[in-house]
Amino acid sequence: MTHLSEVKEGQSATVVRVGGQGAFRRRILEMGIIKGARIYVEKYAPLKDPLELMVKGYHVSLRVEEAALITVENVTNGMDSTTANG
Amino acid sequence: MDRKKLTIALAGNPNAGKTTIFNHLTGTRQKVGNWSGVTVEKKTGRITKDNYDINVVDLPGTYSLTPFSIEEIIARNFIIDESPDVVINIIDASNLERSLYLATQVRELDCKVLFALNMADLAGAKGIKIDAAKLSELLRVDVVFTVGNKNEGVDTLVDRAIRLAESEEIPQSERRVRYSRDIEEAIAELKEMLEAQPKLFYNSRWLAIKLLENDQIVRDRIKKTFGTAAEPILDKNAECRARLMDIFDEDPEILMTDERYGFIAGLIKEVVSVSGINRVDVSRNIDLILTDKYLGFPIFVFFIWLMFQLTFTLGAYPMGWIEEGFALLTMATEAVLPAGLFQDMLVNGVLAGVGSVAVFLPNILILFFCIALFEDTGYMARAAFLMDRIMHLIGLHGKSFIPMLMGFGCSVPAVMATRTIENTKDRLLTILITPFMSCSARLPVYIVLAGTFFPKNAGSVIFLVYLLGIVMAILTGRLFRSTLLRGADAPFVMELPPYRVPMAKSLIIHMWDRAKIFLKKMGGVIFVGSIIVWALSSFPQNVSFSKDYAAEIAAKELSYDKKISQSTDATVRERLQAQKSEAVAALQIEKEQERGRHVFMGRIGTFIAPVFEPIGIDWRGSVALLTGFVAKEIVVSSMGVLYAVDEKGTNELKKALRSSGMTALSALSMMVFVLLYVPCVATVATIMRETKSGRWTLFNVAYSTLLAWCVAFIIYQGGMLIS
Repeated sequence: MTHLSEVKEGQSATVVRVGGQGAFRRRILEMGIIKGARIYVEKYAPLKDPLELMVKGYHVSLRVEEAALITVENVTNGMDSTTANG
Repeated sequence: MDRKKLTIALAGNPNAGKTTIFNHLTGTRQKVGNWSGVTVEKKTGRITKDNYDINVVDLPGTYSLTPFSIEEIIARNFIIDESPDVVINIIDASNLERSLYLATQVRELDCKVLFALNMADLAGAKGIKIDAAKLSELLRVDVVFTVGNKNEGVDTLVDRAIRLAESEEIPQSERRVRYSRDIEEAIAELKEMLEAQPKLFYNSRWLAIKLLENDQIVRDRIKKTFGTAAEPILDKNAECRARLMDIFDEDPEILMTDERYGFIAGLIKEVVSVSGINRVDVSRNIDLILTDKYLGFPIFVFFIWLMFQLTFTLGAYPMGWIEEGFALLTMATEAVLPAGLFQDMLVNGVLAGVGSVAVFLPNILILFFCIALFEDTGYMARAAFLMDRIMHLIGLHGKSFIPMLMGFGCSVPAVMATRTIENTKDRLLTILITPFMSCSARLPVYIVLAGTFFPKNAGSVIFLVYLLGIVMAILTGRLFRSTLLRGADAPFVMELPPYRVPMAKSLIIHMWDRAKIFLKKMGGVIFVGSIIVWALSSFPQNVSFSKDYAAEIAAKELSYDKKISQSTDATVRERLQAQKSEAVAALQIEKEQERGRHVFMGRIGTFIAPVFEPIGIDWRGSVALLTGFVAKEIVVSSMGVLYAVDEKGTNELKKALRSSGMTALSALSMMVFVLLYVPCVATVATIMRETKSGRWTLFNVAYSTLLAWCVAFIIYQGGMLIS
């Protein structure tokens, strides 16, 4: 178990829990970052924040402080096909 | 023949190609306005097809209908309150899973829905095959494939929409999302209570779902409509929510979001087949360079530089033509109309005022063309991605960077460019601090003042003034973020859409919309504003001068003419001629000065002079600053008149300024004041238009002027103490 903010560029992970509250939490979930979703960390911005993710076949960016609220597990190197195609 | 009226609403995710389809549907017959009370753009268009007069409404692009953002509230309220005949949900076929989240929510509303699976070609290229018939069958929704940018399927879409609108079919309540047993039970309990209400205003299942999700807007509406009868329902709801929380250890709204995605996952399994391996993702490859660790920033800076170059260099040509046009118009007016008050008002009021703003049109067109290009290609999201870290320091979103940067050019388009920021608070904050970015109109003032009083290091002084503006913007941003505009700072959950080749039609429509707004609204305000300023600086007309200038001028001319005619030496005659015109000009300037002090503007200046005294600015400076409200560059020409020099001669003005008692310190104070005080009338009008709030506009005017005075005070008095 680790936080999404600790996952390195080029690694994938499975969402265990989305923390935070209210609008933020709901918004994250509505964008498809839900429990069980596979997330691939595409890259960090040049200033190390925000970071770009691939989930359900599309690209989305989150701030590191927000990614720190997402608990993930099963961190692997590379991307799986479910992340790429949704 | 009477045509039948229909209303079709377009719903969909941002970047799903909604606008492209809207543009194809309505072409140039579209109207851009605002949704009542808010500044979110509302686009509508009329089309006629067969026997129908169709009003197409482009709803704001949203990912969901949870009323968190203003866009979502607008979209939802439109469907509920205006009950359009058909809602076309535009779905990005290459991004089906997430797109279906909004679709399932639209499906839960009481409306006839049609799905447009857009960008099917892109999905195909990604190796995704969608079984439309299956999807249609599973959701009981008509599905049409479209390729927006090739105008494919758009006609079919309209035909199907008409057919659907005409069909007797009541919106299907089945085939909507089914939630798990405990949730469905709670829904049923609430539904029963709601249905007992005589004033039930919407589909009871939907209301029950929203109550369970703790939807504030629906709760308030139920309270308002049902009155006291709402209480037992809300109590029941609290009970149901507590029960669900107890069972699942999670908020019901989160559970329901999860379950909707679960339902969608089931659909996807049925209708989508992924064939073969991943093809090359062009977009990802472009981003390998454009958001690269090392190359990202230099490329971004280059694009911004290019945008400014195009705007100000290319824009300079048509700017010259417009200036010439206005000069011709002025000449024609002077020739056609008899000299007098009316002619003076037209020439020095209307033409001068409107002309000084109209020259910005080419800049605005080019700037907005570039911005449209950034937005339509998808680069804007990357710019925000790159800049967010820096902007977050001020408590702002990465997207605020572009408007603030544009502020160095002109605040008017800069404030208009805040439209790309979705969050209302972020947008307001950006609007409030953008005018501190020193616009190009303020530069002439700095050049004159710094050039006069800091001849050796004028460049450094001007640079420091610019820097002060940035610092003030940051401080103001942080201050407001922690006080007035606190909280609900939207999470930076931003989609990075695939890069797309922009369509010329879209770009032009986009650019022209902005230009129209600029011309229409600014034209009106500037028109009135310039007449007011003209009146203030031309009345009262009957100045009782301390001496008879006309007679003195005539006498001077006469005496010189006599001397000239007496002289035989050509060089002496020439010298005398020069002396004559100098003497006459001096008298005329003296007269202007006296007039300047006498007219309302001068009186106001003299009246408020005590306010400016502590910051080292005399009455002439005060009047010049007042006139600067029309446009900042006018400060220079006003100073020219007030400090008694021919407007053309900058060197003369410098000399006059130096001998006027102004010091380096008071010049610095004045520059700082010009940097920070109330933006020009065009900007204020734009702020008014964009914030839709007289209070925020007034606040901005008061805050910036007060801040300007305080900072100038600290600089001037501090400097006096030190020296």
